[in-house]
Amino acid sequence: MSAVAESNYYERRGLLGALGRDGLLQIILIANTIIMLAPIVIMVFSAFKSTSQIFQSPFSIPDFTQVGNFVKIWTETNFVRYLLNSFVVTGASMALILTLGTMAAYAIGRYRFTGSAFILMFFLAGLTLPLKLAIIPLFMLMRDLSILNNQLSLIFVYTAMGLPTTVFIMTGFIRTLPSELEDAARMDGASEARIMWSIMLPLVRPAMVIAGIQNVVPIWNDFFFPLVFIQNDNLKTLPQGLTTFMGEYTTDWGVLFSGLTLSAAPIIIIYIILSKQFIAGMTSGAVK
Amino acid sequence: MPKLRMTGRGLWITVLVVPPLAFVALFIVYPILSAFAYAFFDWQGLRRLDFIGLENFHTVLFVEPYRSWTLNAFRNNVIVFFALMVLQNGLGFILAYALWRELPGARFHRVAVFLPVVLSTIIVAYLFKLFYHPLFGVVNISLRSIGLGWLAQPWLGQSSTALWSLIIAQAWHMVGFPTLVFLAGMQRIPGEILDAVRMETESEWVKITKIVWPLVAPSATIVFTLLFVGAFNWFELPYIMAGLDGSPFGSTDVLGLYFYRTAFGNVSAGQQDFGLGSALAVLIFIFIAAIATVITLRLRAREIQL
Repeated sequence: MSAVAESNYYERRGLLGALGRDGLLQIILIANTIIMLAPIVIMVFSAFKSTSQIFQSPFSIPDFTQVGNFVKIWTETNFVRYLLNSFVVTGASMALILTLGTMAAYAIGRYRFTGSAFILMFFLAGLTLPLKLAIIPLFMLMRDLSILNNQLSLIFVYTAMGLPTTVFIMTGFIRTLPSELEDAARMDGASEARIMWSIMLPLVRPAMVIAGIQNVVPIWNDFFFPLVFIQNDNLKTLPQGLTTFMGEYTTDWGVLFSGLTLSAAPIIIIYIILSKQFIAGMTSGAVK
Repeated sequence: MPKLRMTGRGLWITVLVVPPLAFVALFIVYPILSAFAYAFFDWQGLRRLDFIGLENFHTVLFVEPYRSWTLNAFRNNVIVFFALMVLQNGLGFILAYALWRELPGARFHRVAVFLPVVLSTIIVAYLFKLFYHPLFGVVNISLRSIGLGWLAQPWLGQSSTALWSLIIAQAWHMVGFPTLVFLAGMQRIPGEILDAVRMETESEWVKITKIVWPLVAPSATIVFTLLFVGAFNWFELPYIMAGLDGSPFGSTDVLGLYFYRTAFGNVSAGQQDFGLGSALAVLIFIFIAAIATVITLRLRAREIQL
């Protein structure tokens, strides 16, 4: 049996050939998947229940037409505002990161000039530094720029944090592009800006997707910087707004769970659609 | 790479490079350098007073009550790091190995294990806080319903279980990350090597310890280092689940909370101190940088070039 099992395994046929060994691994995977999904399923189920239903039968399948909790959140809280704020902050940061990151990566990757190695090193140095520990000077800096309690503070910090990984990923990719097209365009007298914009940039989209996903998830989910920079309730992003909201409704568990469900929904839905790109993007820093 | 003949090429490169450099310089490099400078001054609120040398460092390391707070938080961070090393990276390796076989349903399992990773830590923290609720949380309700009611307890409310409850929540949140990094490492092992192993041994254990583990060493280096940096920067999850004071009785206090509390003050202790906070930040920073470098160098040394 084991010879068959080995060949199945190594040839990656994925057959249930070796029941013993593979059975154990399959059980581990199924058990793990249940543990991974159960909390999320309970969260979604509870979002459709009243508080007393949650206490009495937390695991039962709810009546999905009971959307009272969601209506309450939509009408009685600042939730929609938080959601919009998160979209604005994340969107602006991503636009800046991808624009500036591509600019730097293009210069470093396509041109030979003095100091390009140094500039790349400069960006890479920012890759591993835990910026949380510099929160005190950052706070003072934002105060001096008078953008405390202003979403620009978040957008600027996220942009700076996103640039090192983006420059790193994009430079590597841009360097691999062939130079024939570029040379041909240059012969035809195209300007450098035109070459970059019309010829090279369309080719770097795959790397932009990877760099984009790697940055968009931590920015969308971030809580630390809003906690320090933003006080005004109308400016809060979703994770930060969630703390306000959870504090207000402590006893209404139905509303709490639907708030969590609503906050988790956008990213879960996008993840399920684009799981391959998400996994590639979020592990790209760690996978050579 | 093309040699440029354009007269304005210097200008063009400058236009491309300066704005991104300015962002990194202003919002990363400058704050980090300043954090070092801040630690050597006396602060009153947001005002910088006199240069006081190493006094802030001396205070947080040797003067009570800061000394025991620092030690307590540091000890908890060490526990968190080693616990997550097993629960997150260890389990991640096993799951990666199981996924690597590409058994039926592997694709689904892979998507499922990574799902919690994309969630905000704040959502995960609140979700588990509700689950751990002593009366109405699903953990205790489940225990009671299967006749293990005597095991039901206030998980977050007592010192003996609070930190471990947070660690479990964190492991659930992030186990998918090392899993998929290890999986990518395993998928890069060349088929010829695996065929050669098949000739030599039947033992699964030998295969894992002698072949797979050494060959995924680069992945291990990265996830170990990232876990180390993450564990000593731990903030969001304990902040939401246990509060800024690391309750109960400091049993969940970690350096991240302690640093934040010292720098910005909290509702109960009030006083904020940028000097002591910066000294803590510098110490944590140096510690993380030093150990992460050692980890990376030592683990790199055992990586095999194929």
